[in-house]
Amino acid sequence: MQNVAIADQIDELHDPQTFITKYIWSQDHKVIAIQYGLTAVFVGLIALALSGLMRLQLGFPDTFDFINPSDYLQFVTMHGMIMVIYLLTALLLGGFGNYLIPLMIGARDMVFPFLNMLSYWFYLVSVIVLLASFFVPGGPTGAGWTLYPPQAILPGTPGYDWGIILMLVSLAIFIVAFTMGGLNYVTTVLQARTHGMTLMRMPLTIWGIFTATVLGLLAFPALLVSAIMMMLDKTLGTSFFMPALVSLGENLDYSGGSPILFQHLFWFFGHPEVYIVALPAFGMVSDVLATHARKNIFGYRMMVWAIVIIGGLSFFVWAHHMYVSGMDPAFGFFFATTTLIIAVPTAIKVYNWVLTLWKGNIQLTVPMLFAIGFIFTFTHGGLTGLFLGNVTIDLPLSDTYFVVAHFHMVMGVSPIMVLFAAIYHWYPLLTGKMFDERLGKIHFWFTFLGTYAIYLPMHYLGFLGVPRRYFAMGSMDFIPESAQTLNQSITISALIVGFSQLIFLYNVFVSLRNGKPAGHNPWGATSLEWQTPDVPPHHGNWGPKLPQVYRWAYDYGVPGAKEDFIPQNRPVTDSEQTAGERDA
Amino acid sequence: MKIVVALVLLVIGSLVFHWLSPWWMTPLASNWSAIDTTIDITLYITGIVFVAVNLFMAWAIFRYRYDPSRRSHYEPENKKLETWLTVITSIGVAAMLAPGLVVWADFVNVPEDADEMEVIGAQWAWSYRLPGDDGVLGEVDSTFVGPLNPFGMSPNDPAGNDDILISSNEVHLLIDRPIKFLLRSKDVLHNFAVPQFRVKMDLVPGMVTYAWATPTVKGKYDLLCMELCGIAHYTMRGYVVVDEQEDYDSWLAEQQTWSEIQSIPPGDAIAGKASYATCAACHGQEGQGLVAFNSPGLAILPSWYIKRQIEHFKYGIRGANEGDTFGQQMVPMANMLADANAIRNITAYIATLVPEKPVDTIEGDPHKGAAYYNTCGACHGAKAQGNYALQAPPLAGQDDWYLKRQLQNFRLGLRGAHKGDTYGHQMVLMARSLQNEQSINDLLAYLNTL
Amino acid sequence: MNVLRMLRDKPWLPATEAATVAQYGGPDPVAAMRIMLRFILAIVGVIFFLFLITFLARSQYPDFQALAGAPWQPFTDPSRLWFNTALLACASLTIQMGLGGTRNGKLNVTIAGISAAVFFTVLFLIAQFDLWLHLQSMGFYMNGNPANSYFYLLTAVHGLHLIGGLLVLSNVVFRVWYDNDAASLTAPLKLCTTYWHFLLGVWLVLFAILTARPETINALAAMCGF
Repeated sequence: MQNVAIADQIDELHDPQTFITKYIWSQDHKVIAIQYGLTAVFVGLIALALSGLMRLQLGFPDTFDFINPSDYLQFVTMHGMIMVIYLLTALLLGGFGNYLIPLMIGARDMVFPFLNMLSYWFYLVSVIVLLASFFVPGGPTGAGWTLYPPQAILPGTPGYDWGIILMLVSLAIFIVAFTMGGLNYVTTVLQARTHGMTLMRMPLTIWGIFTATVLGLLAFPALLVSAIMMMLDKTLGTSFFMPALVSLGENLDYSGGSPILFQHLFWFFGHPEVYIVALPAFGMVSDVLATHARKNIFGYRMMVWAIVIIGGLSFFVWAHHMYVSGMDPAFGFFFATTTLIIAVPTAIKVYNWVLTLWKGNIQLTVPMLFAIGFIFTFTHGGLTGLFLGNVTIDLPLSDTYFVVAHFHMVMGVSPIMVLFAAIYHWYPLLTGKMFDERLGKIHFWFTFLGTYAIYLPMHYLGFLGVPRRYFAMGSMDFIPESAQTLNQSITISALIVGFSQLIFLYNVFVSLRNGKPAGHNPWGATSLEWQTPDVPPHHGNWGPKLPQVYRWAYDYGVPGAKEDFIPQNRPVTDSEQTAGERDA
Repeated sequence: MKIVVALVLLVIGSLVFHWLSPWWMTPLASNWSAIDTTIDITLYITGIVFVAVNLFMAWAIFRYRYDPSRRSHYEPENKKLETWLTVITSIGVAAMLAPGLVVWADFVNVPEDADEMEVIGAQWAWSYRLPGDDGVLGEVDSTFVGPLNPFGMSPNDPAGNDDILISSNEVHLLIDRPIKFLLRSKDVLHNFAVPQFRVKMDLVPGMVTYAWATPTVKGKYDLLCMELCGIAHYTMRGYVVVDEQEDYDSWLAEQQTWSEIQSIPPGDAIAGKASYATCAACHGQEGQGLVAFNSPGLAILPSWYIKRQIEHFKYGIRGANEGDTFGQQMVPMANMLADANAIRNITAYIATLVPEKPVDTIEGDPHKGAAYYNTCGACHGAKAQGNYALQAPPLAGQDDWYLKRQLQNFRLGLRGAHKGDTYGHQMVLMARSLQNEQSINDLLAYLNTL
Repeated sequence: MNVLRMLRDKPWLPATEAATVAQYGGPDPVAAMRIMLRFILAIVGVIFFLFLITFLARSQYPDFQALAGAPWQPFTDPSRLWFNTALLACASLTIQMGLGGTRNGKLNVTIAGISAAVFFTVLFLIAQFDLWLHLQSMGFYMNGNPANSYFYLLTAVHGLHLIGGLLVLSNVVFRVWYDNDAASLTAPLKLCTTYWHFLLGVWLVLFAILTARPETINALAAMCGF
């Protein structure tokens, strides 16, 4: 079994010798995770800057001559695509998935380390191709992140030529990268768990990442298929998605294709994609909450079931993005029903997070603050989803700022809250240093209050009926002047939030040098990644012998125990044994 | 404990914001009050959950704050509690879903007696078609679309002859009559949305989609494209006017049927030459334009554009603003052309004039200008040659000082502010992306290179 | 059922060590490869499934002209396709024989089997390419009709998957030569064999649907609700 790294003996792995094999062409999941993480954060910052430019235009129209209508659409498109795919998917699965899976399930590395390395390099290439589109004639595509044909490949849309082709190529490469990584994650979770790590003893983080990866493996093909077909429509003149049409006065050779077919394919990927981002976040926030509330996660089994059910249902709700797309409106009944059903397991997760806090012993550390921020913003975003999922209410609200506010709340702010919670939570393990708590809190307050100040008012622009993806509102009779004031305040909040992320970057880099040594397990956590012999863990993670797991990951506050937590690899005592048999 | 205070304040703040917010749905002007009711139901249910969950969380954080001497309560799960929460949530969800589905059924099933009207979207303007006396819309196909047949009417279907074709962005509807909008796109996806009616639906090329409503309140409402359709998406506006029977009839009488449009004779250039004598005083014998009189070249302009502008001057759509001094001068001139026939003749004559390249008067950085022109080129063409399908006049070969003044007029709303000026209004929105004189000069310097 | 029972485990109850080991005994490298293959097959399956679903949806638009039915259509007489199918079936058969060789420890059978499988697979690809040329010469171009587009597209995607399989197989062949031991090959070759059979199955489905007569396509589309 060449290239398979799940044997128990450490010497089966080739220890990296040179700087290059250690940090560049590394096959160590921890290094790959950091490579993924840094690349994702880098493109994420570009996307953040783009959103700043968009907000400047919206808040202060007719002010900046470096933003014209084509630029604006290009910013919108690239911001969306980068944030959803190249930042969130890559960081949550490529970054955290890579780092945490082997450590949390007690493996030495991913099962296929070489494939794992390849996955990162393909990802990097996809990012480079994507960014290259800023420098080609016509610039990047401005078709919106949904890339709907026919406009995506017709003149009249910015970047309809080079831009869209590079975007499709980049997506295809990303999908290859994700598939290589994803195969690793699922195989590792299924086959490389250490002794005693049954599936139901896995921390919820792993459940979230695992389910999300399965979703990704099955959903990304839909994007690949639609990208291939659109590429052929663009380059070879086929008519998969292209009907007969007159583009800017010119009769084109296309005939008979169906733009709605593309939308079905896109959203068959696009909706599971929401959960590809959300499920890892659900998992990680559960672990952060349990650790810092010093309490077992409430209703572990229900949480696992909810993750699995949400994952499964997510393949049956896609057309709720298409209520007003012109598809047969009768589909609305089915998709509204499935969509609202999915709210039930999601709501249960929220209840269980809050009930985890109930009767806990809550330490308000920085990760905990972000986790609480997540519950608040996710509740808000989830509830507004009930508006849009309900087909009737979608009629007035779709394509307005309500949609923008909703998905930023649920897919932007809340996963990012979790990302920050996770980064602060695992920073001591990753670097061996503690971050600056005070700066972390300042960062939290700016981010939490600032984002709410952005997105709460934005819902009301949506109720008002302000359309999204408009370069400027101009004058509309039904929109009062004051809406512009609201837009300005949103822009100002957005800029403050954007710049406050510098505090985070500063904290991360300065603490790397000046932080206090973290030592072993500074949070008193139970899960395996905190039980490594070295901090940060060395290549191979576990020293000479793999750990043995005896219990689940949530033994906090166990009655009768010496400390308020019991690590997963601590054997069960006789008294626990008898107590357990009595309960059973 | 700051977080507890923050959570409580955010909950209260959200409620206060909601109650005090002047930003709410624009008053309803159609039969779809049920949609608003559904929103209210959802709003109350979700609002209660929002308040309850977050206040409970705040309380939990406060009540169970860290105390090193205390242990948390060890309770892996509580089946009874979880079952109850599931049941209550399901009931809440059903309470929101049920009315939604009922109303949706109304939306899907159009009343049988509904009138029909076709709405056509094309980058970046609206047009409309009514079935005419026979009540049947004639066949259309994109292969028939051309300069003389922008609607793509099929020559083989006689049912199309009495169809009323409305090339304006404004359409009138009859109050209290259910109307089914048949939605058709010539090029890309668009979305037909009138916020006061609450309903909206995409226009998809290659198929006909629909939405329906019964207008209930008289008035003039904005029609917006709400599906990203390219660079000028945000300028794709129209108006829907809800009329009483009388006003509606008089509006309808002004509209032309397809057969009427086809029978319009071509202009007579010889007759037009005589009327042009007046114009020649300022615009020059050869229509070359004279900078001294602030008169632009006409020879370069296509007939359809001149016709539209003369009509705009005549009907107070252009040149009505006091700030537009030279436009105001055109108004009495345009009024000298008595009828549509006279206008056709004069445009036919101007079409025979041969344009000459004007002298460049503006200096700027053509390289920067090329970047600005990216946006303009979508309508005016890569070589600024103009595009009839988008009603965009040629810019290359036009006097740069004239273009500059027009851009400034558009920016200031001296031209194009009138609601009847579809394309002028688009230019108002577009010209505002040029923030200062320098950027206008750069753009024109680039145009001079074409 | 096993999964359902597993999901009902109450992990907080302490289990005896013996019970834990019985439930899960640690990492298993051979199973890992097998799991990965299953996922790959699932992904490839999803890709072809989605292509075919869009094919059926697209077939219901008026400009669609099936490739079989009328006498002038290229696949009304599908004999060339049957020939290609036979080639791919031979590849599947011979690779299976090669696998049998590893089990009995017969190295030469293994080598012969794998070589023949590669030979037939390459022949299949060449024959498919020749079929493309033939279609082109008959005037059935890629952008002529959606049915043509789908035929070229799906045969190309199928061919790419075979080429991918050949790359992996070449890695296996390299190891036969390197290890000179047929037995160590059993596990990886078994996976390759599964993959080949799977692609044969995919091809049969493609064959059946892409070259079906309009009535069949319409019936299938109706079943899917288009």
